[in-house]
Amino acid sequence: MQLTDLAARKGGDVDYQKLVFDYTRHPDQDATTPIRRPVVVVGAGPVGLALAIDLAQREIPVVLLDNDNTLSTGSRAICFAKRTLEIFDRLGCGDRMVDKGVSWNVGKVFFKNEQVYNFDLLPEVGHARPAFINLQQYYVEGYLAERAAQLPLIDLRWKNKVAGVEQHGDHVTLTVETPDGNYRIEADYVAACDGGRSTMRQLMGQESKGQIFRDRFLIADVKMDYDGPAERWFWFDPAFHPNQSVLLHRQPDGVWRIDFQLGWDANPDEEKKPENIIPRVKALLAHSAMKDADFELEWASVYTFACLRMDRFRHGRVIFAGDSAHGVSPFGARGANSGVQDAENLAWKLAAIMNKQANDALLDTYADEREYAADENIRNSTRATDFITPKSDISRLFRDAVLELSKSQPFARTLVNSGRLSVPATLHGSTLNTPDAEPFAGRMVPGAAAADAPVVRTDGTSSWLLRELGTGFTALIAQSPDNDELARSIRSAVAVPVKVLRVATGSQTTLVDVVDVQGLVTQRYDMRPGTVYLFRPDQHVCARWRNPTVNQVKGAIQRALAVV
Amino acid sequence: MELITTPHLESPDDFYEALIETHRDLDNAASHALNARLVLLLANHIGSLNVLQQAMQAARGGVR
Repeated sequence: MQLTDLAARKGGDVDYQKLVFDYTRHPDQDATTPIRRPVVVVGAGPVGLALAIDLAQREIPVVLLDNDNTLSTGSRAICFAKRTLEIFDRLGCGDRMVDKGVSWNVGKVFFKNEQVYNFDLLPEVGHARPAFINLQQYYVEGYLAERAAQLPLIDLRWKNKVAGVEQHGDHVTLTVETPDGNYRIEADYVAACDGGRSTMRQLMGQESKGQIFRDRFLIADVKMDYDGPAERWFWFDPAFHPNQSVLLHRQPDGVWRIDFQLGWDANPDEEKKPENIIPRVKALLAHSAMKDADFELEWASVYTFACLRMDRFRHGRVIFAGDSAHGVSPFGARGANSGVQDAENLAWKLAAIMNKQANDALLDTYADEREYAADENIRNSTRATDFITPKSDISRLFRDAVLELSKSQPFARTLVNSGRLSVPATLHGSTLNTPDAEPFAGRMVPGAAAADAPVVRTDGTSSWLLRELGTGFTALIAQSPDNDELARSIRSAVAVPVKVLRVATGSQTTLVDVVDVQGLVTQRYDMRPGTVYLFRPDQHVCARWRNPTVNQVKGAIQRALAVV
Repeated sequence: MELITTPHLESPDDFYEALIETHRDLDNAASHALNARLVLLLANHIGSLNVLQQAMQAARGGVR
């Protein structure tokens, strides 16, 4: 099938794991000299698709190359966190993800034969999106592909495998292998989103380095006839799987994801055999409320993992994003989530360069910011891994002591680490931030991803703050007697498009765009009359003031574009 | 004063990582000795015999 056929099938029941896309010969393959394209994205996984959609929405034509012609199989990345869902909203496919995904709030922690405690995440109210959803990766890729199919600026070429990379002063030349033989294509910039075993990285002689964990895990996707609550169950050292850990998660379509820690000595080929998996699943079920449930095995895989990253995410005109640039352990769901966050950081910067609003130096800040984020993600996932799979006797001793104490001592529960909630990195210290000159309370410091809050538009309809932000920069202005003049002067004095969003934080609702109906904008942003927040196109705060002049706002935009 | 058993650590994950890191490359005997020194240092910092006795009882309660 063609990608456009997918758009036409939208809404029906599509088995995304079975879709096969046609290779189509592209006129570029017949060109006598290589055709120059603005951006080539390598890899049509969640990261490459998100990047291509974001660029196309910003009017930048994208060639998206994929070495294969299918989407993901198996659940793989299953937890998609709030920030990622907010990005999917911006990319026009958030509703599909959230409608299909499974939300959960209750987690249960077991140690040996008993439950030591449970927790209820009690999500903070006043956000459009939940803290996260469970959703098989093939649905995420399928919904992104459907969205991509609606965007004529995306030129997705299946069975196009990069086989050579040459860097030049003002472009990159790629050699691409296809079923019809090789062709060459030029690009102003190339984004390598081709996964943990990145061909782009190898072709460029680069490495991703770090800590390799000597452990193996079995993932089993099990379809089960059981209508229990969607909860996350984590077992440390259970009797049915001694000395190891087990994680159970619910996914859509009655599919349950089970991760069994196997230890380093396990034989992956043996463990992958259904006759060896089924007894493990039965043993687990026998210890749970689903002990009589019928199940069938949908998919299984044995994986090892490492926490590693490339030294630099930018190499000339080739930029690495997602697993090609950094790898994390699966605990804490920071792989696909951070990859999509890489893509969103990169998209607006590439677009600003293409649109001549910024120069090439802005791309260095992609590397700086996302390397910083990768370090934070690696730190969090390493800590969870060290707790789940202790590396020494003493580490195991403390781990078991924490679990034992967690039964009766509430403090110990804060130390139990079976994976922390994936949250976006706050880009402290980014050169694109304008440091605060006045005191502010709360978490919305320069570098933070914007927190959502409910608002009401002046026509009375409900909305959310994040959905009211512009596609470019946004100046959020708390209503004050002079803000009308500031709003007008920002619009006229700044060379790049800036959306001015005036928010009423009090009772007066004239000359505003939205009303802070529950007071949560005021609270989360520490707003006072006259306060102005400046958001980047990726919805990160880059500056804030109590009563700025138009020149301060202008200066902060230039700084956020690295043109100062 | 009552022993605090509700969450009180200012940065639990940082603390736990530092705790395990303190033991890096030590054999079990050396780790055991380190733990003993650590308990003594923390006990002195707490000072109150009453609080320490409550902590000892709570810890002893974990022994099967």
